[in-house]
Amino acid sequence: MPEAAAGPLLVTDELRVAYGRGRKAHEVLHGVSVSVGPGETLGLVGESGSGKTTLGRAVLGLVPASGGRISFAGEEITQLPARKRRILAKDVQVVFQDPYSSLNPAMKIQDILREPLLAQGLRRADANERVRELLDRVAMPADTVDRYAREFSGGQRQRIAIARALALNPRLIVCDEPVSALDLSTQRRVLDLLIEIQERSGVAYLFISHDLAVVRHVSHRVAVMYQGEIVELGPARQVTGQPRHSYTKRLWAANLVADPQEQSRRRDLRRSLDAV
Amino acid sequence: MTAGLPEVAAAPGARRRRVATILRNPLAVASLVILIAMIVVAVIGPWIQPNPPNAVQLQLTNAPPFTGGYLLGGDNTGRDILSRLIAGTRGAAEAALILTVVAAALGVTGGLVAGYFGKLFDSFGSWVFAVLMACPGIVILIALYTVVGASPNVAMAVLGVLSAPGFFWPVRTLTRTVRAELYVDAARVSGLPAWRIVGRHVFLTIRGPVIILAAFLAGAAISVQAALQFLGLGNPAVPSWGGMLSDAFDNVYVAPVQLVWPGLALGLVTASFVLLGNALRDASQGTAVRQGTHGRRREIKALFGAQAADLTLRTGSRRTTVPRKAAEPGAPLLRIDGLTVAYHSDNGAATVVDGISLEVAEGEVVGLVGESGAGKTQAVFATLGLLPEEAIVVGGSIWLDGAELLRMPEKDLARLRGATMAYVPQEPMSNLDPSFTVGSQLVYGIRAQTGMRAGQARELALSMLDRVGITDPVRTFGCYPHQISGGMAQRVLIAGAVACKPRLLLADEPTTSLDVTIQAEILDLLRSLQKEGHMGMLIVTHNFGVVADLCDRVLVMRSGKIVEEGPVTRVFRDPQHDYSKRLLGSILDDAEPRGAVVPAEVADA
Repeated sequence: MPEAAAGPLLVTDELRVAYGRGRKAHEVLHGVSVSVGPGETLGLVGESGSGKTTLGRAVLGLVPASGGRISFAGEEITQLPARKRRILAKDVQVVFQDPYSSLNPAMKIQDILREPLLAQGLRRADANERVRELLDRVAMPADTVDRYAREFSGGQRQRIAIARALALNPRLIVCDEPVSALDLSTQRRVLDLLIEIQERSGVAYLFISHDLAVVRHVSHRVAVMYQGEIVELGPARQVTGQPRHSYTKRLWAANLVADPQEQSRRRDLRRSLDAV
Repeated sequence: MTAGLPEVAAAPGARRRRVATILRNPLAVASLVILIAMIVVAVIGPWIQPNPPNAVQLQLTNAPPFTGGYLLGGDNTGRDILSRLIAGTRGAAEAALILTVVAAALGVTGGLVAGYFGKLFDSFGSWVFAVLMACPGIVILIALYTVVGASPNVAMAVLGVLSAPGFFWPVRTLTRTVRAELYVDAARVSGLPAWRIVGRHVFLTIRGPVIILAAFLAGAAISVQAALQFLGLGNPAVPSWGGMLSDAFDNVYVAPVQLVWPGLALGLVTASFVLLGNALRDASQGTAVRQGTHGRRREIKALFGAQAADLTLRTGSRRTTVPRKAAEPGAPLLRIDGLTVAYHSDNGAATVVDGISLEVAEGEVVGLVGESGAGKTQAVFATLGLLPEEAIVVGGSIWLDGAELLRMPEKDLARLRGATMAYVPQEPMSNLDPSFTVGSQLVYGIRAQTGMRAGQARELALSMLDRVGITDPVRTFGCYPHQISGGMAQRVLIAGAVACKPRLLLADEPTTSLDVTIQAEILDLLRSLQKEGHMGMLIVTHNFGVVADLCDRVLVMRSGKIVEEGPVTRVFRDPQHDYSKRLLGSILDDAEPRGAVVPAEVADA
């Protein structure tokens, strides 16, 4: 990746997205500018309806932009024809929130994982070899290939979804709430797997979550979204530790902590913020 | 035809089980045998028919069965009925095949394209198929007969085109559903071309309903073809079931038995298609064969003993056990003792709640934490008497305010629900009925519990809405659930739960589906309501933050057992059990944030 070394990998510039057309159009992103460098995790926090998932879907080309620009590795990708978008699939991948509906229930894991490889023109034997590698990488047993998604727990399914995202050696993975459907201990393991993969392969993450603690754990930098705009952006330590924007402060104070004394302090802080 | 469509194939791993379900259904097996026999006869007919189907032996005109070489007798012109029946099989099979294939090819393709690509494809496709639907089929076929003459195959193909909407509409709807699934998005991100996504992901998922529709249509095709032939719109030189029926009908006073043979063939084959379609649908929906109470009782008794059967079916005691007086002083409000709940399936029995015991005192907030599958929710549902039908209460007892809930008739338990104990669910939206206003649902619940008049109940509901922090109670009262947010919906449900001043509130992950800021507000609300009403509260959650915020005491549950119990401060500071330690260790709260990026190139090198 020679050209990537210089600038950021992903840049959105005053990105706007609207749902619906004409007079009924409803804008959900009002000019969002963020960037993700190679090997970096940009955490994106916000409440439901803040537009964080829409930003991810726009980067993936699943929803069209109504204004602004998205560029990847220096090239504009805001409006790509279908064929070019498919070539970009090698570089930009996704892990969705719900591991139950993100794997086709009618297909064996083998077929799910092989699909992107075959679509990019790999030979069947090579694809099978790669599938074995991928499963090994996400610590799933080799006999996974012959089974269906429903035979696995949420955490295991999310590992399979991560394997699918890794299949083409992407440079950026959009992680849309990848652990919010998982149990606490599973959550931690999946996050640590994502971090380990990043440290080994240098993949960048756009990591979307509503959970400050999760974002703090995986992100180098954090952007806070509120009603379709970025209200705060900075290093993870600062944004999740000493927030500056009033919304981030409220979000921070509302975040529950598993410590009765600390939680009661947070509660008082939140009430004093709300009272203002 | 769209009514009762089976769900989009959700669990294809269960394919083998589905085949087994079909093979266990005697009607389905009989249908399959008849249909296979029909296909075999259609193929090898010319070699097995005992006589040429059009050969006339005048002496056997209207001969009864078993006369001469005619096993089923002769018809009104002295031809062998059995041979003609065999010869007609091919025509019937062809009719079914042509009509179904043409209809499916057009309807499924059109439905997939319209449903997946939407926009212009959808408007155009819907218009075309709506026009097709409006065409009067039989009239067109009769008109066609005057143009192309007696060509049953052309007629069936035309009818196939006219039947295509039967596939188009359901396939379009199912495709739109599947189109919204994340795995289709994932396939798009994987760089798959659209035709491949439609072919692999969409069609593979919706093929079940298509096969079932095809079975129904094939049955209908054979009847329609017979009807046309009966009307004389067939080729008289080729033997057909409909034509034979027509001949026999002319002859009904001379030899009525002749009606039986073609009628039987038609009836059996069409019924087989329909029954097979039904069996396929039942198997794909996993419709369980419903057991009577006696069968269920016998099964539970065999597996878990008589007590389990009594507890599960509430047959132990017919007596009302609600005490008139209060419980003995000092007794806890809720006491669960050795509660065991199991499920039984083809894969064996699974104990989901394994002899747990717990207490909630008046005015105390107890948290029940654990990961999914630990059995927390099952314990709450057992208390409420709202376990799913398949659940089996193996043993234990649940005491609420001096009354034993498990050995209480359902009628008495229903009186306690809402009045003495109330419930706040996890998914506020799915716990409100979308077809009624918020207010009417609240009023209904209040009246059922208190017997208040409508006006009084309305006043109470409005004051409760105000109490739970809804800014414009009157407006919200008249709203339908889809018009309010998730946080509001949870406030509404809490209002309903505490309206009748229950003494015990059971909350199952009450804030899990809400945003953090809304979660904090709802927890505040629960805390203040609990203090105000001095309620006992049992909160099921997987979130230690919720426990830290709200609870006095915490129980850690794992695989159906309570592994640790204690005051909140002690359990957080000094967890005893390994599992509690591990859970608390997984919390990310005090994790060190990541520092600067380690450049990827360095890591690679």
